[in-house]
Amino acid sequence: MLTWNEFENHYQLRYKLCMTLDQAPLAQPVVVQEVGGERAFRRRIMELGLIPGTVARVLRVAPLGDPIEIESRGSNLSIRRKEANNILVAPKSAQTRTAR
Amino acid sequence: MSAAPASDGPIQAQPIAPLVANAAPLVLLVGNPNVGKTTLFNALTGQRARVGNYPGVTVDRRSGTLETSSTHEQRTPLLATVVDVPGAYSLCGRSTDEQIAINAVLGFGGNPQPNLVCVVMEAGQLSRNAYLLLQLCELQVPLLMIVNMIDEVDDQRPNLETLSTLFGVPVVATNARAGEGIDPLRDAIFAALKHPQIPKLHIDYPALTQADADRIVADLPAAWRTSIERDRALARWALSSIDTDDELEAIPIDLRRAVLTLQQETKNQDGAAEHPRDWDREIITARYGWIDRHFPSIYKSQAPSVSRVERLTDRIDRVLLHPVYGFAIFVAVMTLLFQALFTWAQPAISVTEDSVAFLQSLATDLLPAGVLRDALVEGVLGGVGNVVVFLPQILLLFVFIGLLEDSGYMARVAYLMDRVLRSVGLHGRAFVPMLSGFACAIPAIMATRTMERRRDRLLTMLVVPLMSCSARLPVYSLIIVTLFPASRLLGFIPLQGLLMIAMYLFSTTMSLVAASVLGRTAVKGRRVPLILELPRYRRPKVRGVLRMAAERALSFLREAGTMILACTMILWVLLSFPKAPQATSVPSAPVASASIQTPQAAPAAKTPIEYSLGGRFGKAIEPALKPLGFDWKIGIGLVGAFAAREVFVSTLGLVYGLDDSKNDDRSLREKIQADVRADGSPRYTPLMGLSLMLFFALACQCMSTLAVVRRETRSWRWPLFMFAYMGTLAYAVSFTVFQVGQLVGF
Repeated sequence: MLTWNEFENHYQLRYKLCMTLDQAPLAQPVVVQEVGGERAFRRRIMELGLIPGTVARVLRVAPLGDPIEIESRGSNLSIRRKEANNILVAPKSAQTRTAR
Repeated sequence: MSAAPASDGPIQAQPIAPLVANAAPLVLLVGNPNVGKTTLFNALTGQRARVGNYPGVTVDRRSGTLETSSTHEQRTPLLATVVDVPGAYSLCGRSTDEQIAINAVLGFGGNPQPNLVCVVMEAGQLSRNAYLLLQLCELQVPLLMIVNMIDEVDDQRPNLETLSTLFGVPVVATNARAGEGIDPLRDAIFAALKHPQIPKLHIDYPALTQADADRIVADLPAAWRTSIERDRALARWALSSIDTDDELEAIPIDLRRAVLTLQQETKNQDGAAEHPRDWDREIITARYGWIDRHFPSIYKSQAPSVSRVERLTDRIDRVLLHPVYGFAIFVAVMTLLFQALFTWAQPAISVTEDSVAFLQSLATDLLPAGVLRDALVEGVLGGVGNVVVFLPQILLLFVFIGLLEDSGYMARVAYLMDRVLRSVGLHGRAFVPMLSGFACAIPAIMATRTMERRRDRLLTMLVVPLMSCSARLPVYSLIIVTLFPASRLLGFIPLQGLLMIAMYLFSTTMSLVAASVLGRTAVKGRRVPLILELPRYRRPKVRGVLRMAAERALSFLREAGTMILACTMILWVLLSFPKAPQATSVPSAPVASASIQTPQAAPAAKTPIEYSLGGRFGKAIEPALKPLGFDWKIGIGLVGAFAAREVFVSTLGLVYGLDDSKNDDRSLREKIQADVRADGSPRYTPLMGLSLMLFFALACQCMSTLAVVRRETRSWRWPLFMFAYMGTLAYAVSFTVFQVGQLVGF
């Protein structure tokens, strides 16, 4: 059973504050909630450190609108919007589970 | 492992013979991409790198010899073989390319068993680099940790002793670019070879994951099994890597079946659950959990600080990835690259051509006339010339690529161009090879090595020859100037110039279309989502870049060069034998000028090339070429052009009976324009010229291209496929254009 706080947290993240990484505001730290998408992508991006609880930032968007550049764990990665759309994130302030 | 590699005993036929015969112990350099592994390899091995191949895949395996430093107490130097394993973020993967690392580390798939694995890590990115390290630790291979680029973390230096105790393996800090820490590393490698240290650490996996791994352990092949910890690690590797649609090779069938069954069972059980289980997530979060728990202890201050290099990279990227300035700089850099290949290489190409011509005339003067002299002068020396003529462009392109790669800009090129290229199924990194294709397909095809995945490489390789290379330029200009009027469209656009631009646009469009079609049909393997690391900017190391370029050029000479030489000689034989009945039939200048005045007389005088096998072949295929508007003269020209496209011009000259001294563009143009049919209409029309240009733009009229593709793919399958698809395309397009053009009334 979830405690009330956990439930509220869960509810807020799931239905209110969550967004996908491609919609995250530029330069704002966000916390990864869920990583979805095709298995090969999901596994590789998690292996690169983007696991639930990790803080990431969208640094910039490529001049032609795609891909986007994100920063996490001190490394800069570039992924396409289509895949970023499968990564669920929440603003850092709304989150308690965090890691560097 | 053998501790005394210098002395190989008399026991050679024993089962341990491979170890003894190949006395030097094997040391692998493993690490993420962009951690300076290759620079470190160069620093360790000096100038002695051998380039081989990993078994079964077309990926370079660079190995070199490491010697004990002179300060070492041993009198006879100890030797070790060092291998630079391609960069990998993880040992798991779903493709053959991603399998190289684990096969090399474990000695699977025909690889030799390593005696020591050196993990190269970037000091500024230890936590992310540690993921690969943890996988290696779990596999219990003898390890040595190398913390490279230590100079970049002045402000937040990791505590190496803590790191060493944490993993139970030795740690050495280096700055490979400056050559710092190389001698201590050398000693550490030999010490570790003497007393190999197996890492000891324990990662807590969820109970369910552990249970699943234990189930898989039972199905591991007996040859893989050693200790229970390593078996479990292998089982986790299998759980993460094996899937219904992976492209891994040599996976035992029992193991594959076991993993897939378990996968299905788990899926069925979890069907109704709110949070379905996910092996990847369980395993990866457990590893990062361990890293996040233990890594803070290796730093003195906990406050995460941004290093100097990171700040600099961010500042540079603000300009280089800027929508306006970034693109302007990108265009400038690429123009420079193009200019270098197209123009700057020209003097060097002329020098090589002139020296070959000089050697040829020297041999002609010194040797007695005869078949042997001709064979040496035109076959052998001509063939050597056909090979070395590529060297300037190859060297130049690889110096450029080396600088772009080492500085970190190549990843940005892929980032900037991904949107454009992925729409036709190409990787962003295909941009530089495609652009180089305008200069010459040979270096461009070699440049596809900058791509990691086999599928991306192959697809780029197959479409690069469609880009209009500089060898097509003389053919285009001969046709355009000869057959098209120098008129102006709408009074101000020069028709001839417009046609030239149109040919370039056409070839670019066709190669993109071909990529899009071939990527869906002939080239197997599905597209993989892009995950591109944008590494930190660093000053390129010029010596390493030059060394790499020289290695590429040498391997081209050795492997593709021999084949180009052989093909040139075969082609020479085809175009020279059998000889004309008597030597007097060689048309001299008066005959040639006479034929201009009385064109009807021209067919009567047969030129020597018509007697040759190649000439007969060119005539024999005339019926097939007729629907395209070509006659047998063009046919012979096409045969000759196989040596190199620009040879078309001189072969056509030979067909028209121009001897070497007279074989220049102008006299050839006059000949072609003067060539008329019996009814007095010109034999060659603009429509035919267009058809011929399109044929040249599309057909794979270049044996050197085929030789290089054969060398890069290590099979005849792809060069033959390329020849067939480009030939068919060329024939179809020329056919359509000529037939439709005739119908419309041109």
